Amino acid sequence: MKMTQLSIFLENRKGRLYDVCSLLGKNNINILALTIAETEDFGVLRTVVNKPEEAMKALKENGFAANLTDVVIVEVEHKPGGLAKILKILNDGNINIEYMHAFVKQHTDNAYMTFRFDNPDEALKVLKKNGIKIITNDDIK
Amino acid sequence: MMILNNKELDLEINYFDKKNETLDREYLEKLQLTKLVKTVDQALKIEFYKKRLNGIGIKSGRDIKSFEDFKKIPFTSKDELRSSYPKGFLSVDMDDVIRLHTSSGTTGVPTVIYHTRNDIENWAFLTARCMMAAGATKKDIFQNMTGYGLFTGGLGMHYGAEKIGMTVIPAGSGNTKRQIQMMKDFKTTVVHATPSYMLHIYDIIVEEGINLSELSLKRAFLGAEPYGEQTRKKLEDLLKIDVYNSYGLSEMNGPGVSFECIYKNGMHTWEDFFILEIIDPVTGKVLEDGKQGEIVFTTLDREATPILRYRTKDLTHVYKGRCECGRVHRRISRITGRTDDMLIINGANVFPSQIEEVIMKYPEVGTNYQIFLTNKGALDKLTVKVEIYSKMFKGEISELDSLKKRIADHIKSAIIVNPTVELHEPGSLPVSEGKAKRVIDERSKL
Repeated sequence: MKMTQLSIFLENRKGRLYDVCSLLGKNNINILALTIAETEDFGVLRTVVNKPEEAMKALKENGFAANLTDVVIVEVEHKPGGLAKILKILNDGNINIEYMHAFVKQHTDNAYMTFRFDNPDEALKVLKKNGIKIITNDDIK
Repeated sequence: MMILNNKELDLEINYFDKKNETLDREYLEKLQLTKLVKTVDQALKIEFYKKRLNGIGIKSGRDIKSFEDFKKIPFTSKDELRSSYPKGFLSVDMDDVIRLHTSSGTTGVPTVIYHTRNDIENWAFLTARCMMAAGATKKDIFQNMTGYGLFTGGLGMHYGAEKIGMTVIPAGSGNTKRQIQMMKDFKTTVVHATPSYMLHIYDIIVEEGINLSELSLKRAFLGAEPYGEQTRKKLEDLLKIDVYNSYGLSEMNGPGVSFECIYKNGMHTWEDFFILEIIDPVTGKVLEDGKQGEIVFTTLDREATPILRYRTKDLTHVYKGRCECGRVHRRISRITGRTDDMLIINGANVFPSQIEEVIMKYPEVGTNYQIFLTNKGALDKLTVKVEIYSKMFKGEISELDSLKKRIADHIKSAIIVNPTVELHEPGSLPVSEGKAKRVIDERSKL
C-alpha cells in the first residue's frame, strides 16, 4: 500500500527547521523519516510521521506551505547489497525513482526505505511480485 | 439625452450628450485642432506661456496647424504652475472669474485654477456625461459624500448631478452614521465617495446592524485615491452595488476627466475637452496606445486657466479599440502608479506595477511581493521575492524551480531586466500597505 509523506516548504532561514520540528513535537507527532532537498533560496523538508493528517493540520494552522505526497516504504535487508537488491528489481521492472530516503528509526533488524515513484502503483506491483515487504501503517505504529 | 437598450447584456446605455460622445474619430481630431488654436491664443495671454511659445516660434494659435506642431510645445509641470502662484496662470480679467480652486498645498505652495462661468458650465457638463455613462438618470437620488470646498470632488460632481436632474443630497464627507441615516430616509440610489470612505461606510452599516434591504443603494462612483480591482469587487459584493471608477485632477477641473461607462472596462477620457497623451516619463516621447506611460493633458476649452501639455505624473495606458458603449473617447486604465515610483535598473525604466502585474498572473504565489535592489559595481541586481501560496504547493522541487523560471522569464519579457526570483514562505513578506514597502533599494550610489 501507499503511505503518506509530508512535504514542507522552508526558506533558507535560521531556525526554520527547528520551528517545524518543535511544532511537530508539541503536537506529539513523531518523525520516522526525513530528508531535506535544498536549493539556493529554499528547501523542501520531506518527512514521514506517525500522524500525517494531524501534522498537516498543525502546519497549516501555523502558516506553513505543506503538502501530502504518496510514497512507498519497503523493508531493506540491513547488510551489504541489501539496497542494491531492491534497486535491481526496480530497474528490471523499468520503474523510475524520483527520490528516496531512509528511515530514522529501525523497527526490526532490517532497514526501511522511503521511495517516491512517478508511478507508485506499478512500482508496488513489481516489488510485491518479487516478494519485497511493503511497509504499512501497522508496521510503524 | 437619449437612451438605448442593449438587450444582449441587459444593460441600458445612456448618453448625456450623444452627439459629442459618439462622434466620428476623424472629426474629433479636427475639432481638437480647432479648439487648440483658441486655447493657444488664450495661453499666450499668460506671461509664462507667451515667453515659452514665442521661444519656439509660436506667436498665435494659428501657428498650430497640426498635432506635429502641437507636440513641439514643451510640457508644463506642477512646479511651474506653483512657481507663479497666485495669479501667474490667470488669462482673463478677474471680473470674469466666478470661482477658484486651489490644491491642498500640503507638499508646498498650492496650485490655483481659476474658472469663468463657461469653465464651470463645461465642468458640470463633463461630470454629467460621466455619471450618465455609468448609468445614473434623473430618477436617481444622489448622495455626494466627498468634501465640498476647495477640494474639487464635491462641487464638481454636485453641479453635474444637478444637470442630469438627479436629486442631490450635498452631504459632504464625514459623520458616517448620519450619512447612513440619510441613505435610509431619502432612499439614496447613487453615492460619490472615496473607496476608503466607502469601506468605512460598510463597516458602520455592519456595526449598526443595518440590513442592506433597508437601503436602496444601486451604484457608487469612487475616485480621488487609487484602488485596485479587488477593492471594487469587494465593495460590489459586500454592498450589492455597482462600483464605477472615476479619475480627475484639480489642474484639469477635478472629477469629470475620465470615467467608466457601464461596461467598467477602462475610463473614457473626454477628448473633445482634453488632449490626452501618454508619454515615456524619461524621454518625453509620445507613446502609442497600449503602452504604459505618464498621462499628459491639455485643456481645450478652459478660459481662465488654460494649461498646455500638463505632466500629471500619473501612470496608465490607453486601451486599444473602441468600447462597446459606442463612445469614441479613448479609455485609460486605472492609475497604476506615479512616475515618482519609477526605478531605473541597469538603464531600463521599471515601474513596480509592471512586476506586480506579472506576479498576479501566477496563482502559485500569493499577492505579497517585494522588489529588492542591490548592486555590484556598475551592475544592478534585481531580486523579486514572492510567497508560495499554500494551497498550490505540491511538494516537488522541480515544480518550484520551474515556477521560479517561468516568473523570471515573464518578468524579463515585461521589463527587459533579468530578475532573480526568490520563493518565500506564506506570510513572510510585509503585507501590502502602500507601495513604499514593496521596493527596497539598497544600491549604493556610484
